[in-house]
Amino acid sequence: MDFSRISRRHLLQGGAALALGGTVGARTAQAAETTIGFIYVGSRDDYGYNQAHAQGAAALKKLSGIKVIEEEKVPETDAVEKTMESMINLDGSTLLFPTSFGYFNPHVVKVATKYPRIRFEHCGGLWTDKDPKNAGSYFGYIDEAQFISGIVAGYSTKSGKLGFVAAKPIPQVLRNINAFTLGAKLANPKAMTQVIFTGDWSMPVKEAEATNSLIDQGVDVLTCHVDGPKTMVENAAHRGAFVCGYHVNQSPLAPKAYLTGAEWNWEALYPKFVKMVTSGESIPNFYRGGLKEEIVKCSPYGGAVSAEARKHADDMKAKLVAGEYTIFKGPILDNKGKTVIASGVERGQKDPELEKMDYLIEGVLGATS
Amino acid sequence: MADASIGLWTVPLAVLGGAIRVSTPFLFVSLGECITERSGRINLGLEGTLVMGAMSAYGISYLTGSPWLGVLAAGVTGSLLGALHAGICSLPRVNDIAVGIALMLFGIGLAFFLGKPLIEPTAPRLPAIDFGWWSDIPQVRAALRINVLFLIGVAIAPILYWAFKTTRWGLLIRTAGESSDAARAMGHSVLLIRLRATMVGGFLAGIGGSFLSLFYPGSWNEGLSSGQGITAVALVIFARWDPLLCLWASLAFGGAAALGPALQSVGVTSGYHLFNAAPYILTLAIMIITCSPKRTLTGAPAELSITR
Repeated sequence: MDFSRISRRHLLQGGAALALGGTVGARTAQAAETTIGFIYVGSRDDYGYNQAHAQGAAALKKLSGIKVIEEEKVPETDAVEKTMESMINLDGSTLLFPTSFGYFNPHVVKVATKYPRIRFEHCGGLWTDKDPKNAGSYFGYIDEAQFISGIVAGYSTKSGKLGFVAAKPIPQVLRNINAFTLGAKLANPKAMTQVIFTGDWSMPVKEAEATNSLIDQGVDVLTCHVDGPKTMVENAAHRGAFVCGYHVNQSPLAPKAYLTGAEWNWEALYPKFVKMVTSGESIPNFYRGGLKEEIVKCSPYGGAVSAEARKHADDMKAKLVAGEYTIFKGPILDNKGKTVIASGVERGQKDPELEKMDYLIEGVLGATS
Repeated sequence: MADASIGLWTVPLAVLGGAIRVSTPFLFVSLGECITERSGRINLGLEGTLVMGAMSAYGISYLTGSPWLGVLAAGVTGSLLGALHAGICSLPRVNDIAVGIALMLFGIGLAFFLGKPLIEPTAPRLPAIDFGWWSDIPQVRAALRINVLFLIGVAIAPILYWAFKTTRWGLLIRTAGESSDAARAMGHSVLLIRLRATMVGGFLAGIGGSFLSLFYPGSWNEGLSSGQGITAVALVIFARWDPLLCLWASLAFGGAAALGPALQSVGVTSGYHLFNAAPYILTLAIMIITCSPKRTLTGAPAELSITR
């Protein structure tokens, strides 16, 4: 029997520790309380990425028999390994959510190998067969929600110019920009999206400058993909432009300017995960989904959204939920005129090619390098 | 329908607008640091002061509903941090640069800790004065929406220049900075002069922070400063400890910060990382051009620990 894995604290924790240490062969009874640890890279009320996860954690706190512990501002370094170990050894967590992209490799992989009985659910990583079986990665096709935002933006723009404040030209960001533009072109074939890359995930002054420059160019609807959309939303609304949000609902920041937004729906997903764990099922190691799987959602429409736009967006949402529409359907040209998705090719959401996206489509003003 | 876009003209306009919008924190921190360094001490902690100022201004503005009280609170917080720096440096054999670095980390850490509940709420912002009323072009009007703090900063620069030159306390600060022995021989306490100079410097830096959180970008979050306080300290050296040059240097840095996004918005997309780095490249270039191993910098106060 492997006693080395049982620390004194585990023994003190009684039933939970017994189940953990593996001294009881089968999972005899549920522990009185399951402890779940959440780790955020930034502040959990940033009106952005971390707040979305914190809202998911808050949904778990409401469940009985669940204890949630959280730590904010954990950098993507060895520090996250220490946080994970302390959540396991000191707090008795059995399920961990290290929510930032950079946590996965090597940190989550390393700690998951060391603690094979603890479950690790990582957001955004690409879990492969070579990674530990007790780790998994989940992510949402938020480009579906961006596509819907694009439709609404296409109807709402007067100048036909849309703006996108982006952090870095990585595949997930490019996919959002492209999906947004495809949606906008559906509503208004002449619509263009102008993109500005700020260079990093949180650069408030650059984001404000980018917002102002876009509006100076005649852009009248803006969206973004940065960690905290608050700066863009407030400054754009201040200048009288419309905004589509990202990560969470930012309409309280600019009620009149807010059209809709692409939001994470972790508060729907996390309780599902916990249910799987408590009922003894295992969570699939590679978990993906979009509007249909309720991993992403769209913010409620703002007052400025026309009835026509609402109808078109709602129809498209219904089609996406029913699985009857493919966003990335050929022919699609990039903005240099090269065919990137050939005519007749449909790239469904699960297509791994989409996770390697390195181009901006026709109708986007900007460059990836 | 008139085209709302004004094409390539956006770039100079954005640089001008950026110079006005982005430069204010640089201006306040550099003027504050100018006073402190002229008295013979370097306060590298102003990055921490800037962040603390931004946080306390936002907090007070949110709690009281008055952004101007927030500005005042930021100034007071800044001068307290300045007093702390000066107090520690008054002890024998204490290095002001090391204390500055410690206070920078302290200020940032404390601001993040206390500012946690302030990230989410929205505080009342400082108003702007519309100087673009004469123009029909919305871009020009937007660029010329100027905050009073910027104007105050612009006014402080020549006043400070004049004060260093002709007033009694200006002379005292310079004496303490050039030769502490001379100041002591005149019967003045060098430590007291430096305490006051550092407190005034902190006051101004705190106000610079309040501009960040209450006007532009206009909310409190942890990435708000991203090194502007430190850049402003370097700017003082670049400006040769001259308040008027501090003003021009701050404007240049503000404009440089706006260059990257502005060029991308008109379609100049190649090398945007380089343009985004423009303010830092500018700092480096100027440091390289102006430094020499053979002589100390002209205009450097003789008592500064970097020149001594």
